[in-house]
Amino acid sequence: MANSFLNRNVSETQIRLKDRLWLYVISFIVLFLLIVPSLVVIPMSFSASQYLEFPPKEWSFRWYENYFFSWKVENGFNDWMSATWTSVKVAILTIIVATPIGTMAAYGLVNGSSRLSKILFPIFISPMMVPIILVAIGLFYFFVQFKLVGSVFGLVLGHSLVAMPLVLIIVFSALKNYDMNQEKVARSLGATRFRAFREITLPQIKFSIVSASLIAFLTSFDEIIISLFVAGGDNSTITRSMFLALRDQIDPTIAAISTILIIVSSGLLILVQLLGNKDKST
Amino acid sequence: MSLTTNNINQNELRKLAAREGYTFFGLTVPYLIMVTALIAIPVGWLFYLSFIGRDGTFSFENYERMWKSKAYIKIFITTFKISILTTIICAAIGYPLAYFMSQLSRKWANICMIGVLIPFWTSLLVRTYAWLVLLQKKGLLNNIAIDMGLISEPIKFVHNTTGTLIGMVHIMLPFLILPLYANMRAIDKDCMKAASSLGATPSRAFWTVFLPLSLPGLLAGLLIVFVLCLGFYVTPAILGGGKVIMAAMKISSNIELYFSWGAASALGVVLLVVTGIILFIASKLVSIDQLGSR
Repeated sequence: MANSFLNRNVSETQIRLKDRLWLYVISFIVLFLLIVPSLVVIPMSFSASQYLEFPPKEWSFRWYENYFFSWKVENGFNDWMSATWTSVKVAILTIIVATPIGTMAAYGLVNGSSRLSKILFPIFISPMMVPIILVAIGLFYFFVQFKLVGSVFGLVLGHSLVAMPLVLIIVFSALKNYDMNQEKVARSLGATRFRAFREITLPQIKFSIVSASLIAFLTSFDEIIISLFVAGGDNSTITRSMFLALRDQIDPTIAAISTILIIVSSGLLILVQLLGNKDKST
Repeated sequence: MSLTTNNINQNELRKLAAREGYTFFGLTVPYLIMVTALIAIPVGWLFYLSFIGRDGTFSFENYERMWKSKAYIKIFITTFKISILTTIICAAIGYPLAYFMSQLSRKWANICMIGVLIPFWTSLLVRTYAWLVLLQKKGLLNNIAIDMGLISEPIKFVHNTTGTLIGMVHIMLPFLILPLYANMRAIDKDCMKAASSLGATPSRAFWTVFLPLSLPGLLAGLLIVFVLCLGFYVTPAILGGGKVIMAAMKISSNIELYFSWGAASALGVVLLVVTGIILFIASKLVSIDQLGSR
């Protein structure tokens, strides 16, 4: 019985399962190594010890308390709650800036001449291509002139810059799969272009736009390097504070924050996956 | 009479088409302004600064320093060494996984895909921190190895090249797997059937048919990983413990510690040029859409 299972053909070239077991073993090990190591922060975050021992000998919520009751306890970067608040604020504002700009550009590129899109597309995804450290110091230098360093506005501009290409790519591919003639029909019946977009196109690509904006949120929330240079003073972001703390000492509060971040990003990812399939099915 | 009406109509239509074109271009203008104001101008400014010497005049001293100073040469070597090693390791462990996933049914492949995507969307910092916890002297890995009697003294895994490599491979692997898997999925399964019906052994069919067909995806993945590694900052800064200094870290310390904009800009320009050349070659080899898929 087990033998016939092992002798089963598993590919077009008639490889038997037992001859390919090594491939399965390697793949499972790699998948395991991809997923599991990050999860180690979850038990760590409930440890009672301030040393990072694993498995923890005693359990407690002290690192969560440390995180949630950290409003202005110490000056500098251990003010986790206000850093989180800055991050949330900046991420939401990034959605508001990056999503319409990216969507508009995607609409223009899909409908415009192919020459236009050939020239502009590489320029538009350049924020993903230029080394981010260069963008960061460039923005720092630029923002110093306009006194935008340490401001929420500066952070939103920087984060929008890295989020826009993702919005563009997602909405662009949604519009590519969409039949633009539907808009033409609406307009031949007397609708303006904007009304045709709002009433015909938008409802059909709305899930892609929502998932693009969730990804914009996540991108902003996870962004470190631009924040490292552009944020400062009272407006540190959570990832910037974590990075600075990690470089100097190992504070288990970071395990608690990491656990929360894993939950938030997995939740958003699941949402994006569910929404991504929704436009296609309609 | 009817001819002129036609002409008027044509002119009108042409005008309308031109106006349409302007509308579409107009929609991209805000994006264009953002990219120009926040990338083109700042990076152009850095480019200018890289040619300004310490005395405030035009000079090449920032570039000269790079091949004259031992510290800089060491940084270049470290950056390339780490990037190449990370890319090779990613390919070596990513290829089997992508191949395995491409052979599964859609449903199972999608389940495995979640395994690739979860780390992809988990904060970089969280993953780097997790490796710090696992690999440190009293970390899980050392504890297990000691309990099993494999080693008597804890091995130093972090704050050196090993730790940096482990962390970077973990972070870069999804970037390799995603384009590679997409490519492998698109390979027509009948090609393999044809090869084996013509008498090829399974391994010969793989090496002569499947592998060459999967090369574009592999190449796309390798280039993305390599380019991302070159400019990488966070993971080497934390897991390298100050001993592994890559180009991006030198740029940052030039500014944070020495306020030396010229030196930082010059290094940044070199990084940009190298990245640009690699991406240019990449765009000739694979379509740019594949590179952009995050």
